[in-house]
Amino acid sequence: MITVLYFARLRETLGTGSERLALPPGVHDLEGLRALLVARGGAWEEALAPSKPVRAAVNQVMTIGDMPLSDGDEVAFFPPVTGG
Amino acid sequence: MTVRIQPDDFDVSAEIAALRRGNPRIGAVASFVGIVRDVNEGDAVAGLTLEHYPGMTEKAIGEIVEQARARWNVIEALVIHRVGALKPLDQIVLVVVASGHRGDAFAACEFIMDYLKTRAPFWKKESTEKGARWVEARTDDEIAAERWRLKG
Repeated sequence: MITVLYFARLRETLGTGSERLALPPGVHDLEGLRALLVARGGAWEEALAPSKPVRAAVNQVMTIGDMPLSDGDEVAFFPPVTGG
Repeated sequence: MTVRIQPDDFDVSAEIAALRRGNPRIGAVASFVGIVRDVNEGDAVAGLTLEHYPGMTEKAIGEIVEQARARWNVIEALVIHRVGALKPLDQIVLVVVASGHRGDAFAACEFIMDYLKTRAPFWKKESTEKGARWVEARTDDEIAAERWRLKG
């Protein structure tokens, strides 16, 4: 199982802040996970489409590009940051 | 090196005094305070709510401070960032850097702030006369952060 977190606009659009899910066979990385979520359709397809400027972190470290995932990982999706 | 994420306000003077207390090696303190404005993108802003990623936000800022320490002569550093509901005139963020000399303090303080703006997970939602909206990330902030990488 992995934990997936959603923040800010994504959390609101998707109607959830977190979920636990089992990576299905064939999904081993961040891009695969995002495609899996997009395949849910509706708001998921809209919010996480490849054209959307979505950022991601794996185990609380910001990712650049794709990243392998393994059981127990904490993955987060969120919009570009706007603090300060 | 201290990083605090908190809903409460902070006292800049007290924080600086605590940071440099009893340390005669410190010859310079640079600080930055970010404040909520009452206008954004041409619309009046009544207030905003700051969301963060508990755990990661602290780690990301800690990492940014470590990068600054690797690059400049930093004796002490403090970052305080508020979360929750804020209104115009409120303080949002404080960065304080103490060094032997001003050059290191100024540069490290600006670097930490530029990197925080683009790499620390915070999101602002503002309430305006047109309704509530998430603040969009600014290209200017990316450019400001990128400058430091180009400086090598």
